[in-house]
Amino acid sequence: MIRLSVPFRQALSRLTLPVMLIVSLGAVLVGRADQALTDRLRAGLDDWLAPAYAMMTAPVMMLEHDGGVVGHFFNLEAENQQLQAENAKLRQWQAVAMALQAQNDELKSALNYVPSPTPEFFSAKVVADLGGIYARSVLVSTPDNMTGQAAKLVGAIAMDGRGVAGRVVEAGDRSARVLLITDLNSRIPVALGVHGQPALMVGTNGDDPGLLYWAPGTPPAEGDMVLTSAVGGVFPPGLPVGVVHYDAQNDPVVLPLADIGGLRLLRLFIYPTNQPVLAPVHDQPKVSAKSRRKH
Amino acid sequence: MVRRPDLRRDMSIWRRLDIASRYAWPGSVLLLGLLLVGVPLGLPGLAVLRAAYVMGSVFFWSLYRPVSVPAPFVAGVGLLVDLLGLSPLGMWAVLLLLLQACVLAARRRLITQSFLLTWASFAALAAILSGLGWVMQSALELHALPLLPLLVQVLVACLVYPALAGLFIGAHRGAAAAELA
Repeated sequence: MIRLSVPFRQALSRLTLPVMLIVSLGAVLVGRADQALTDRLRAGLDDWLAPAYAMMTAPVMMLEHDGGVVGHFFNLEAENQQLQAENAKLRQWQAVAMALQAQNDELKSALNYVPSPTPEFFSAKVVADLGGIYARSVLVSTPDNMTGQAAKLVGAIAMDGRGVAGRVVEAGDRSARVLLITDLNSRIPVALGVHGQPALMVGTNGDDPGLLYWAPGTPPAEGDMVLTSAVGGVFPPGLPVGVVHYDAQNDPVVLPLADIGGLRLLRLFIYPTNQPVLAPVHDQPKVSAKSRRKH
Repeated sequence: MVRRPDLRRDMSIWRRLDIASRYAWPGSVLLLGLLLVGVPLGLPGLAVLRAAYVMGSVFFWSLYRPVSVPAPFVAGVGLLVDLLGLSPLGMWAVLLLLLQACVLAARRRLITQSFLLTWASFAALAAILSGLGWVMQSALELHALPLLPLLVQVLVACLVYPALAGLFIGAHRGAAAAELA
């Protein structure tokens, strides 16, 4: 150990805090200048933490799945009846769906319809609920066979059993971070109602995202289904997101179908990147303004 | 009193371990709690709770045991908070170090005060820091962020502090008491 004189050591201890403060301010600047660095650091940390979180989350999940047994026992009868009634209704709908499917197939074959690409998907456990006060994200642990495919995973669409929950923004070897649709920075082009009126769903940091930029004259109607739209080329069309609702301020919001507050299991869909572009941007021949002026 | 040399060496190893663990207690509990707050229990507002917990811990230990939370450690905790949550890198490091600097500057006067006054000063500091954090993040992201989460954070920090302090005072006198080693 290096022996230092007492005054020198005192000066050093007094200097630590200002020096660390300056280093931290430097970190802010570096993080601002190079966003990729922050993303890399974050992905690395997530990879480290994901197994630990998975271990800590396991007992919680076990309790949730097993602890309810006693409570379930008492309302088994009521639940059973409800399920039977529901099942009967669903059987009728199944018949309708099959008829519609047949009709749809027929019409598609008549149109020479090119089917939309089927996505690759896998399930991932939500191991941690991470985010700041201005960010909504969850950490999922990815299966082992996804190791080394982090780049492919970024942009994957996360859905729970009912609807779109978010999109993968960072991925490492063992973990991925899903930015939820309620995040302040989330902007998703959506189609409203049966006619697919375009609008933009905007995360507000609250529970229900807002709606912006709908076509003038056709405001979103209460109860309209909200589906994703392919505008912008990030989302595939037609994934269920939520239902339009007018809040107390009479602003249209989307009630998400996904259980955003209690996500446990997410399916991550990796859509092929070669989706048809709806508004193709023609490549301009790269002639800079200077060289054009010369000729 | 003359002791047998081998016995003394044996004692000193355990004693050193004891002292080290007592010094490391605040930092380790701070880190562990920080990670535990992320476990998805279905509770709303975990992010707010995380910020409140970190501010409360850094305030308490900077006031009563500054040796156990040195500035580099606090900066590291801040970076961890930034990476766990999605705040700009280094923002919480700066905020927590400022908190520590304020506490250390006022330590002589603050340490003799009653619990209520300490609580009030924590509330004031938490409010100032949260406001500063809001200004920083708004400036870095180039648009004004909503103010409601900020108020919630300050409120939660104020409410959480007595519980945290109760726990830490117990530890300060028991498991983490360096003078008992």
